[in-house]
Amino acid sequence: MIRLEKRPTPSQTWAYLTPLVAVVATMIAGGILFAFLDKDPVVAIRTIFWDPIFGEFAFYYRGQLLVKAGPLILIAIGLSLGFKAGIWNIGAEGQYIMGAIFGAAVGLAFYPMEARWLIFPLMILAGAFGGFLWAMIPGILKTRFNTNEILVSLLLVYVAESILASMSLGLLRNPEGAGFPGSRNLRQYESAANNELIAGWGMHWGVVAAFIAVIFAYILLSRHIMGFNIRLTGESPRAARFAGVNPNRLILFCLGLSGALAGLAGMFEVAGPAGQISIDFNVGYGFTAIIVAFLGRLHPIGILLAGMLMALTYIGGEAAQASLGLPAAAIQAFQGMLLFFLLAFDVLTNFRVRFGREAAV
Amino acid sequence: MKKRTFLLTGVAAAALASGAFADGHAPVKVGFIYVGPIGDGGWTYEHNKGRLAVEEHFGDKVETVFQENVPEGADAERAMTQMALQGADLIFTTSFGYMDPTIAVAAKFPDVKFEHATGYKRADNVSTYSARFYEGRAIQGHIAGNMTKTNKIGYIASFPIPEVIRGINSAYLHAKKVNPDVEFSIVWAYTWFDPAKEADAAKALIENGADVILQHTDSTAPQAAAADAGNVVTFGQASDMGEYAPFPRVSSIIDDWAPYYIQRVQAVMDGTWESVDTWDGIGPGMVGIGEITDAVPADVKAEAEAMRDAIGAGEYHPFTGPINKQDGSVWLAAGETASDGDLAGMSFYIEGLTGEIPN
Repeated sequence: MIRLEKRPTPSQTWAYLTPLVAVVATMIAGGILFAFLDKDPVVAIRTIFWDPIFGEFAFYYRGQLLVKAGPLILIAIGLSLGFKAGIWNIGAEGQYIMGAIFGAAVGLAFYPMEARWLIFPLMILAGAFGGFLWAMIPGILKTRFNTNEILVSLLLVYVAESILASMSLGLLRNPEGAGFPGSRNLRQYESAANNELIAGWGMHWGVVAAFIAVIFAYILLSRHIMGFNIRLTGESPRAARFAGVNPNRLILFCLGLSGALAGLAGMFEVAGPAGQISIDFNVGYGFTAIIVAFLGRLHPIGILLAGMLMALTYIGGEAAQASLGLPAAAIQAFQGMLLFFLLAFDVLTNFRVRFGREAAV
Repeated sequence: MKKRTFLLTGVAAAALASGAFADGHAPVKVGFIYVGPIGDGGWTYEHNKGRLAVEEHFGDKVETVFQENVPEGADAERAMTQMALQGADLIFTTSFGYMDPTIAVAAKFPDVKFEHATGYKRADNVSTYSARFYEGRAIQGHIAGNMTKTNKIGYIASFPIPEVIRGINSAYLHAKKVNPDVEFSIVWAYTWFDPAKEADAAKALIENGADVILQHTDSTAPQAAAADAGNVVTFGQASDMGEYAPFPRVSSIIDDWAPYYIQRVQAVMDGTWESVDTWDGIGPGMVGIGEITDAVPADVKAEAEAMRDAIGAGEYHPFTGPINKQDGSVWLAAGETASDGDLAGMSFYIEGLTGEIPN
């Protein structure tokens, strides 16, 4: 019989090393998978991990890495604060959608007036507010009625998706779109466009916001009393209460902040890379960000790196599909392996595997 | 044709430098962007069959690449850019949601030709193409109206866009002609491909008494749900879905993109490619009617086949007046046929359909 025994003091070194080990294990297992699909595993792994950064078309892919990593990092930073305190916002996808809708709606309300100094900042505020508002629903329900924020925030994703569909077909539909769903393209509207700051670099305001969020979270967690309260609550809720932490305020703070950041990500995405509100606007950043947060050990710098790595597997995975003919499902399996190995090695960090019968205690 | 240069970004400049345009010796590289998996058994499956037909037809003279499951939006733009960077000469983007990304990428790669399915935005290097699926819907409606015993027909619709609304109107019009008591229940699935959602929709419709299910979604899940129910008629969508024949699948609408794809690749090879708007139906073979099985009574089958031939020959237009809109106002006077402009932007139900188009 195999059983797991909790390690009394899990190794700190290993806690930080496991993500790296998981990446290596994923490469090996993924290589075997690709070999079974009759593809050269070395070429496949190189296409996914090396070519986007150093290959022939790296000038394009490097920018795309930022485009893809930006929203992931921005959302994951917000989520990590709550996760540290044991507050589980699983519905960032919904807050992301609402941020996009609020931001786009403000921009479209001004169309075709040109006043970037006014409209774009207002859109940013509206985006953050939309996400904040959507996260406040599970927040207030939890503090008032003690509902489970995991369920409420998750189910609100589906509500947000329905609102998104309704917006693309009704209120925000492009009046010149010949009856097709989808809003006007914000990228073609100077005052609302979140275009690349330098053409070809991929860097848009959302990526800038993500980097600012990383620094902000780092300072908050290491220097600010709120960061201390968050960590304390996560490690020992009882001790936190004795230390005078108001749990309700902390819940609202964490949910509100993560919602606002997710909303910002949505707004920057809809005004930039996506360009328009459409029924299929959301592609799962809010859910992938959960993986990014854990892959980054809930640490701001870790999340920054994890976001980049996740973006790399997407971009490289797509490249491998087109250039090597790998099926999309193989790429998804490959990404799934990453999380699987991370969780598996986490178990080994915190537990010892024992064979045989349980020894008499 | 006016020659425009869009040297907007460094990407474009570099792409031109590395661009491997066909010089007569190098194979023409053709890219395909798919919205679903190639094994969906419907929409994407047929586009991929078109790709394979191109490979078979041209042999060594072409090289094809594809990417499946590409979300509509920023990711699509990257997928197209990637193909253009890697030297594609012609790229087919096969879903409506790729419209703006196609236009955006095409502006950066003026030497690459793009073909966007089912959209309405064109440029010097962007063509659009679509099929007159509503012609097939007329035949489906005719069979469905004859086959239903409960007079309730379920319709799994994807998105409320003109193409889907046209299909509903065409099917209803022809079902109603042969069965004045027929009622349509329309479920909006908001997806092109989601077997779980499609199965749920089919089951809900069947539970509400529908004994014919029409679908504008691409998976075979509704066929499977109908097979479980035992006495429900279905039609293959986008692809033949022949594995469910002879029953519940009694016929199908097949999208046959192969002739068009071959023709367009040939045009690129010959240097005669131009931006065009193609909208072909049963006549040119872009829309095929899958075999009508013996589960359909012989007289109905004969009528349906006659209708197919009449539409193909251009003798019958599925939208021939008198037809009123849902609110009772006149759309087409007696004998008048719908203009392509009206059809392209169709955003209303015809008289007799209940419910509202979601907005």
